[in-house]
Amino acid sequence: MNEFSNAFRTAAHLLVEMDPGLLEVVLLSLRVSLSAVILAAVFALPLGAFVALTPFPGRRGVVILMNAMMSLPPVVVGLVIYLLLSRTGPLGTTGLLFTPTAMIIAQCVLVFPIIAALTRQTVFDLHEEYDEYLRSVGAGTRQKIATLLWDGRARLLTAILAGFGRAIAEVGAVIIVGGNILHSTRVMTTTIALETSKGDLGMALGLGIILVLIAVAVNTAVVTIGGGANQRTV
Amino acid sequence: MQSQHHMLPLVVNGVSYVANGKAIIEDVSFTIHDAGLTILLGPNGAGKSSLLKLCHGLWPLSSGSIRWGDADVQDVKQKQAMVFQRPVLLRRSAAENVDHVLKLRGASSAERARVIEESLQWAGLANIADMPARKLSGGEQQSLTIARAWALNPEVLLLDEPTANLDPAATRRVEDLIRSFAEAGKKVIMATHNIAQARRLADEVLFLNHGRLLEQAPAEQFMSGPSDPLAGRFIAGELVE
Repeated sequence: MNEFSNAFRTAAHLLVEMDPGLLEVVLLSLRVSLSAVILAAVFALPLGAFVALTPFPGRRGVVILMNAMMSLPPVVVGLVIYLLLSRTGPLGTTGLLFTPTAMIIAQCVLVFPIIAALTRQTVFDLHEEYDEYLRSVGAGTRQKIATLLWDGRARLLTAILAGFGRAIAEVGAVIIVGGNILHSTRVMTTTIALETSKGDLGMALGLGIILVLIAVAVNTAVVTIGGGANQRTV
Repeated sequence: MQSQHHMLPLVVNGVSYVANGKAIIEDVSFTIHDAGLTILLGPNGAGKSSLLKLCHGLWPLSSGSIRWGDADVQDVKQKQAMVFQRPVLLRRSAAENVDHVLKLRGASSAERARVIEESLQWAGLANIADMPARKLSGGEQQSLTIARAWALNPEVLLLDEPTANLDPAATRRVEDLIRSFAEAGKKVIMATHNIAQARRLADEVLFLNHGRLLEQAPAEQFMSGPSDPLAGRFIAGELVE
């Protein structure tokens, strides 16, 4: 019990003092996960829209695959990226293993299917409604995609935030490809795992609190955006 | 009147449309020579909407041909505008909905601003230009889709049961807009199952049932005594299946 209250006290202290060690870890977490999500979104939004609008042989299979990949286990993604980037792997010469870039790649792989699959669903549903109008006014494929992505913006932003939530909270992939190196690849989740096993519960708890706060903030944003967009548009 | 209109005559020749093995339109042929307001009349499921969409080139013909003036149906979509039964409105403001079609046509931004204002004014929607389109009342929504069609300055306006979901006041408002479209020299073709509405608006009536065209006649003649017995029962207010 004493240990527990001590941990809380240390955590509060670290948070109030804005401990530089803690701040470094938080900022790296945000940098890695935001980069991964933005990178994933840039490719996943158009791909999801394309799959929704364009019939091609095997589309059903692609849709099933996209949906299935939403629940890829992070440790497996970490392992595969590790094998690719390790010195004897096919991308070993890039020297990216145990760098933040490797972590961004791993999280990007995790988040990409989430954004792509949710985009496909959103655009598909909206297209059902808009199809005859868009053909009636002679919209081309690019114009259709632009219209549907813009009009689905509330749901797409929700998808992107869901992707961010997964990226910032996962530990399995980043610990394998990042290596949890102090001042280099240590992020919130990997630090929590490490400090807990070392018995330094204050640091772990402090980071845990921040992580939960970020999760709450992301979900508040989802609700606010969803609600605001509904007010304006639905 | 017909000679001034580039899109007329509309010649529909032996058109059939089959969907999922079911014949929706069966061997329909007719010619529309005159501008003004043509009503496709018939009970629900007669094939009115389908015929309208075929004339707009939205669906491929199973057989037959449709020509507008000298052009094939697929080449003149841009000279037509279509209004659907359920208003299809983008999740944007009323003005931005009109802007969307103008952008697609490549209009300059000055031109767009002018046409948006003019069209909304024309439809009596100037005061709700910045409202989210999907928050508008049913009548305002359908008026907006007609204003959007007006903005495109089409030669032909096609309407699919535009007032089916509207109350009388909103219906009157939408009918006034449709009438002023026709009075501006556009060809208007509208599907309705509502005999009273046909009576109020039509210059010419095409009566359909079960995917077949049963009669084509000037409105006055049709309303005073159609030659098709089924049409006679329909305008007498009987339930026709």
